[in-house]
Amino acid sequence: MKKTLLSIAVAFGLATGAANAEGASGHIENIPFSFDGPFGSFDQNQLQRGLQVYTEVCAACHGLRQVAFRTLADKGGPHYSADQVKAYAAENFEVFDADLDEDRAARPSDKFPGSNIENAPDLSLMAKARAGFHGPAGLGINQVLYGMGGPEYIVAILNGYTGETKTQAGVTLYENTIFPGGWIAMAPPMEDGRVEYADGHSNDVHHMSEDVAAFLMWTAEPKLMARKWLGFVSVFMLGLMSILLYLTNKKLWAPIKRKD
Amino acid sequence: MAGIPHDHYEPGSKPEKWLHKRLPIVGLLYDTLMIPTPKNLNWMWIWGIILTFCLALQIITGIVLAMHYTPHVDLAFDSIEHIMRDVNGGWAIRYMHMNGASLFFIAVYAHIFRGLYYGSYKAPREITWIIGMLIYLAMMATGFLGYVLPWGQMSFWGATVITGLFGAIPGIGESLQTWLLGGPAVDNATLNRFFSLHYLLPFVIAGLVVVHIWAFHTTGNNNPSGVEVRRTSKADAEKDTVPFWPYFVIKDMFALLVILTIFMAVVGFMPNYLGHPDNYIEANALSTPAHIVPEWYYLPFYAILRAITFDVLFLDAKFLGVLMMFGSIAVMALAPWTDTSSVRSGKYRPSFKWWFWLLVLDFFVLMWAGARPAEGLVPTISLIGAIYWFAYFLVILPLLGILEKPLPVPETIEADFDAHYPPKDASASAAE
Repeated sequence: MKKTLLSIAVAFGLATGAANAEGASGHIENIPFSFDGPFGSFDQNQLQRGLQVYTEVCAACHGLRQVAFRTLADKGGPHYSADQVKAYAAENFEVFDADLDEDRAARPSDKFPGSNIENAPDLSLMAKARAGFHGPAGLGINQVLYGMGGPEYIVAILNGYTGETKTQAGVTLYENTIFPGGWIAMAPPMEDGRVEYADGHSNDVHHMSEDVAAFLMWTAEPKLMARKWLGFVSVFMLGLMSILLYLTNKKLWAPIKRKD
Repeated sequence: MAGIPHDHYEPGSKPEKWLHKRLPIVGLLYDTLMIPTPKNLNWMWIWGIILTFCLALQIITGIVLAMHYTPHVDLAFDSIEHIMRDVNGGWAIRYMHMNGASLFFIAVYAHIFRGLYYGSYKAPREITWIIGMLIYLAMMATGFLGYVLPWGQMSFWGATVITGLFGAIPGIGESLQTWLLGGPAVDNATLNRFFSLHYLLPFVIAGLVVVHIWAFHTTGNNNPSGVEVRRTSKADAEKDTVPFWPYFVIKDMFALLVILTIFMAVVGFMPNYLGHPDNYIEANALSTPAHIVPEWYYLPFYAILRAITFDVLFLDAKFLGVLMMFGSIAVMALAPWTDTSSVRSGKYRPSFKWWFWLLVLDFFVLMWAGARPAEGLVPTISLIGAIYWFAYFLVILPLLGILEKPLPVPETIEADFDAHYPPKDASASAAE
């Protein structure tokens, strides 16, 4: 009993460390993403839709400078063919080539460009750089249950606009119930039907933001599926070895403990 | 070794004899591995092996990470992402290193509190305890330096806050801070020296670990009963002990594997849980995060640092906080001398137990307080927690030794062991 209490106490103690991210004002709902949980994986179609939203909406201002175009062909990612990646990069992005000393069409070996405007943050790691869940009482238990809540934060902020605006020092600010402080410089980026999906998937603001949030989770953690596989294999192997060592230890000590 | 009578290594073959005359290394390894170990050690005696494993894990993963990392303010953050995306298995190595630091600190806290409960710090093990405290300080420094390297927002602002503590020292503070940082603020020079020192300190720790082990191999292990192994004869010693190999090697390996199973579950399924999301934002000297917090393992001491919110005489609050923070570790190091009880193990000290568990609770309350913004009740809770921390070591331990009436202590380790595992009559009793 004492040990159980102690382990609970340890869990609480550790939790406080994880739970102290910057507080957003509004409530953030958990969304059951396909990549949640120990066995979750990315939904290839959703990542492709999310990439489309990024390309047609977000990319106007926000960069993805950590992400190489070639990784769009990665298994477990959007998993486009090499030709599709080549065409996508060339059609949509120009990058500066230091050798040519001028801009040219992007190639698969290039990375996405950075942000076009200074106060638009790069989105490569956004899904890991925000936490949607902290509670209860800053103990971070929800992060164990639902994950850190980065993608949920992205969805919430895209849906958090109230429609109110104000002008401050010549800048228009938009009221957003999720953004810390309540006012954000980013205009509501999407309206229902903003993007036309090839697969006919629903394209209201909520679905589009879920898709782009899933895509940004992939850009932030492209090795997520390999990581979970590592976790699964290691837990299985180490667990098995633990059992064998438990039995070895028991047998070894039996004569000493007079249990043989 | 250990002053405990036991068999020593005898070189058998000719080459063994040849080597032994010139370098008795096999004998040293044999004596270390076969050291007579109290047979009543419980599961709280596993943490030493876990800690040794952590040190090796951190050094090995760290060496590989250093091959791909670039300590420059413009490149550091991107080089971490390069490791996470383009280096083969880089994400796994980095997540193991990140979470390895947390495992290291979980183990060290369990190890320290085990020592506090069973009186492992008491004579004749004061040197082991002091070396242990030095290792802990070196771990704190190493962890802090390492956290700066990814050059995220928390890296940068954590470094700014912590090095600012040295600036609070009256008189020399400001020049000391500049000297540490290599400039007026956290910048490229800081990152370079932090990288260099982060690589150096683990080897200092490794050296200290050798001395730590040497010291307790000289005195022999403590054990849950706190009673010393009989040294009157080899036969008596053998009734109290079993050789480290194979008994404790196998037991510790089992414990290590169980802990590694949990560790790999964290690495695989929630590797960022113990980190801070802000550290995935590149350091920006122009944008201060709303709430700067250190890693979880510093939180109790960070709470003590922030506990003083008022000036006392000519000393300002910030400097007092710094004194309290370092003092809180210094008073732990004094425990061998402030604890006046003649009984070593907390098992036989009825009042001590309560105060001890209150200290454990205090540690977690301080940890929680350290993570919260310093507003509302938090500063008061931190202050109460800090006062209890000091009172435990400076007032309660000295007084308890005088006021408390301890329970009877077993005559020998054998008697303690036999109480759990009665000889012959096969009545099953609960394992420790």
